Amino acid sequence: MRLNTKRFVSGVLIVSFFVYSIVIYTVGTRIDKGEKYLTIQAKRGKLLFQKKNCIACHQLYGLGGFMGPDLTNTISALGKGPLFAKAFLMAGSERMPNYHLTETEIAELIAFLTYADKTGVSPVKKFEINYDGTVKWKGKDEKGN
Amino acid sequence: MELLNGKEKMKREISIYFILFAILSLLGGVMFGILGAFQFLMPVFFNWIPFIKSRPLHVSLVIAWIFLSSVGGIYYYLPKYCNVTLFSGKLQKIHLWIFVITGFGVIISYLVGYFGGREYWEFPPILAIPIIISWLLFGINYFKTVFTKTEPWPVYLWMWGTGIFFFLFTYLESNLWNFPYFRDHLVRDITVQWKSNGSLVGSWNMLIYGTAIFLMVRISNDDSIAKTRLAFIMYFLGLTNLIFNWAHHIYIVPNAIWVRYIAYGISMTELLILGKIIWNWKRDLTKALRDFHILAIRFIVASDVWILLNLTLSILLSIPAINIFTHGTHLTVAHAMGSTIGINTMILIGSCLFLIPDITKTQFNLKQSFSISIGFWIMNIILLFFWVALIFAGYHKGYMVVEDKLVFQVMMAKIQPYLAVVAYTGIGIFAGILMIFAPVLKLIKDYIR
Repeated sequence: MRLNTKRFVSGVLIVSFFVYSIVIYTVGTRIDKGEKYLTIQAKRGKLLFQKKNCIACHQLYGLGGFMGPDLTNTISALGKGPLFAKAFLMAGSERMPNYHLTETEIAELIAFLTYADKTGVSPVKKFEINYDGTVKWKGKDEKGN
Repeated sequence: MELLNGKEKMKREISIYFILFAILSLLGGVMFGILGAFQFLMPVFFNWIPFIKSRPLHVSLVIAWIFLSSVGGIYYYLPKYCNVTLFSGKLQKIHLWIFVITGFGVIISYLVGYFGGREYWEFPPILAIPIIISWLLFGINYFKTVFTKTEPWPVYLWMWGTGIFFFLFTYLESNLWNFPYFRDHLVRDITVQWKSNGSLVGSWNMLIYGTAIFLMVRISNDDSIAKTRLAFIMYFLGLTNLIFNWAHHIYIVPNAIWVRYIAYGISMTELLILGKIIWNWKRDLTKALRDFHILAIRFIVASDVWILLNLTLSILLSIPAINIFTHGTHLTVAHAMGSTIGINTMILIGSCLFLIPDITKTQFNLKQSFSISIGFWIMNIILLFFWVALIFAGYHKGYMVVEDKLVFQVMMAKIQPYLAVVAYTGIGIFAGILMIFAPVLKLIKDYIR
């Protein structure tokens, strides 16, 4: 392969990387169904979620550790909800340490989980498989929410 | 015998420290991995380092192994075998110490429970600054060195350069969460996080696969392998995947639909790589068996087998119709572990086994070679059981999602036997690694003395 060809292909790929990045940062991630739940309290809750390294054990959208359950829809799941979440946050469990969180911190974490719950569904359970290997989400919107 | 001036000798010797810290990181990383695996079975096991600490310690130390060993190799191979003089030994030394001191900072932050809480980079974001500086120094040193080379670059020089360049950008990208625009919006945050994580893995794969090609060239004494049109086509295909295929990790996240279509389409181009491996399998196997007595080559051959297994798994997991069942299950872990241990670690061990006798000018004795050989077989055979156990655990969990019976406690109880296999085989893998590295550490110790 000629040097100029290599340079050209590399150049095209590098430019594509930066252009695609900007597209992802903007139009690719514009959808946010839970925006009205994105309160200051929820934003603080998200930072607290990171500070306590919750993702080491829990998942959001199936991403994270597998020691604890996926928390994406813990607020709206049948038999769970804010009080259920609060009980774990207050006392921990065999698998979860008691972080001795304050009332304010617990409220912030629940506000964050409420926001997360409104953004989508995980795991997706209502879907149809297409012949080309893609998946059509069923439900009110294309993600089955 | 090669005559070296003091400066040149120093530049080469620094690589030995990269490898020494790399091996120590790997041993520590695997030990914390075993601890984490047993904590799945007994959550209160070794309670003063709970899972929220053992997991990041495991991940960060293994990542440190990957970077220290691949970077140490590149620093050594460039001036010794690539007809260039390293731009600056001082920068190389600064790079090493920034990396080591930051590494200690990361470990301490985990032990005291001071987290930044980003998956795979769980340390506080302030520690990202020295990491970025160290890679900038590496980039300057690398490009200032290779741009003095007048003849056409073999593909591994392109790969190493690409790995450094993209690591820098994607690591910066992984820190964009510090800005509220990226952090506050959950869908954007997860998408950008996994965009950067996916490409970061692609970047270190460039460093590692470049090292594998370099070793094949050196050992076979055939430079043409790294200059063929096919080698470059495969490199550009890999680079395209690095840039565009990351979204197969996040099909489930509600970003724009076209993000996952692009990832699906690009991921399927990996079938070409898989096809090439299968097509050349017999020829490559014959060649590999001819050189199987060379310890370094043995690990490269093993990595080829693991590439075949993991690439097949990875292509399957990238099909949305399969991914919908496997996402968030241990099948993903099987893929990650298979790649990190089976592919990356095998190649990097091969590199260490080539590099350390080369620097120290001492060959492994019969007893040491035997220990490495036994370690090789233990590691590979046990890794297969470890990998298969994770696949079964993932399959079981996926099945429970489909059946809509995913009550967390029930699911954990059902997959417990597989997780027990993972924990115990983890000990076996550690034993194999120890048998491989004990002779290497002895050579390093004797040389440093």
